Amino acid sequence: MHLTKEEEAIYNGEFGATKQKAMEILVALGDIYGAESLIEIESAQISGVSYKTIGDAGLEWISSLDDRVKVPAILNPAGMDREKWSEMGVSEEFAAKQKEILKVYERLGVSLECTCTPYYLNPPAFGAHLAWAESSAVAYANSVLGARTNREAGPSALAAALIGKTPCYGLHLDENRAPEVLVRVDIELHDADYGALGYAVGKIVGDKVPLFRLPLSPSKDELKALGAALGASGAVALYHVKDVTPESGNFDVPTECISVDSEDIKKAYGGNTPDLVALGCPHCSGAELSKIADLLEGKKARTELWICTSRRVREQNKEAVTRIEQCGAKVICDTCMVVSPATEKFKRVMVNSGKALQYLPSMCGVDAMLANTEDCIKTACD
Amino acid sequence: MKVKGRTISKGIASGPALMTSQPISFLGGIDPPTGQIVEHGHELEGISIKDKVLIFPHGKGSTVGSYVMYQLKKNGVAPCAIINLRCEAIIAIGAIISDIPAVDQLERNPFEIIHDGDVVLVNGIEGYIEVDIG
Repeated sequence: MHLTKEEEAIYNGEFGATKQKAMEILVALGDIYGAESLIEIESAQISGVSYKTIGDAGLEWISSLDDRVKVPAILNPAGMDREKWSEMGVSEEFAAKQKEILKVYERLGVSLECTCTPYYLNPPAFGAHLAWAESSAVAYANSVLGARTNREAGPSALAAALIGKTPCYGLHLDENRAPEVLVRVDIELHDADYGALGYAVGKIVGDKVPLFRLPLSPSKDELKALGAALGASGAVALYHVKDVTPESGNFDVPTECISVDSEDIKKAYGGNTPDLVALGCPHCSGAELSKIADLLEGKKARTELWICTSRRVREQNKEAVTRIEQCGAKVICDTCMVVSPATEKFKRVMVNSGKALQYLPSMCGVDAMLANTEDCIKTACD
Repeated sequence: MKVKGRTISKGIASGPALMTSQPISFLGGIDPPTGQIVEHGHELEGISIKDKVLIFPHGKGSTVGSYVMYQLKKNGVAPCAIINLRCEAIIAIGAIISDIPAVDQLERNPFEIIHDGDVVLVNGIEGYIEVDIG
């Protein structure tokens, strides 16, 4: 890989040990994936925040770093709501470790907004180069916004943030953004159906770029659900929806084709009575909070009901949040049902997310079932 | 014999070779306090990677595996060097943050020229390995 004089100096340690390590990571990745050079990034989003996922190993490594990030950098969800962790049932021991992790990131200059939806806070422009790690945010940035990022790991996103650059390969390059498989869907989909669609298609296409042909135009929130599930059951980092997403018309239609029918969608649904209903995977938008508040109108949650969102979106939608909380639901920030240990005490979790459906059994040891948003609220209030 | 390869992680170390044709997951596959391979059914199950030149095709599993390599190093039970056929991001990042010299893509297949227990030198600065054969 070609390095500029300054990059070479960083690589050789002239700007300190932390920058040197960061540059070594970027160069190694660039060599492995055939990048010719580094490119500047506008922002980074760093995974590996919950103590539940990175443990003492991750905490030890980030603690060894001593520098500041060069571009705006934001965190993925932590293992708990920073304020309401005790109410969630998170132990003091876990909370202490989690706070330690957040403190280290703060010292490194990373913004302590812990969210899988950084695009609600600072949406990147079309064509912007990023180093984002959260798979659903990567799918959204690439597909819905037309920004450019590979699926980074925690350390590579952090390394990119410290240098302000990332190796130029994969989805940073036009030629890798073309669709590879056409997905034909002839049935009309709504709400959680998009999570079910992503859940089914991700398993088939793996890390390929799919192009969807859909009879109805999905909303931004439905696209979010689709991409999140595609990135969880598969490793999709970019998808196109014909006539909807910004780059869908830029390429030839692929010859490889799969069809999805109503049976494939139905299969994802169903299950027994939940003891937790959890919405907001990925974190709720303002529109989703309003919809949930409307659905809850005049009802009372009898089953534990969590609504996960980012702290900033919560603050921007106080009216909806108040209405939700008046019905006995908990609006939880900074974390989610997948990365918090608080989920582990439940047995069966109902979600409206194909991503949570994929991850809850393996990461939390609980059964997961899919329902649309309306049915989730109805079930919680029955 | 000296064989050229590609630098993944800088540094120089030598030790006895520990070889497996199976990929390794550091998260869940290796016990951080002891450095023992604990992945059920792995051909090296029960064997310690401490101070070995660990030779395997590539990593697998969670990206948190990079952090586990760092923890192994801190606990004094990490391999002294790594040789991969084709290194991927988890092992590359793990080796770099843990100061474990690593090379991959040797000009000759390491599984044909190295045997378990052979003393191997890994030079991750210039990108080669050296092994006594015969």
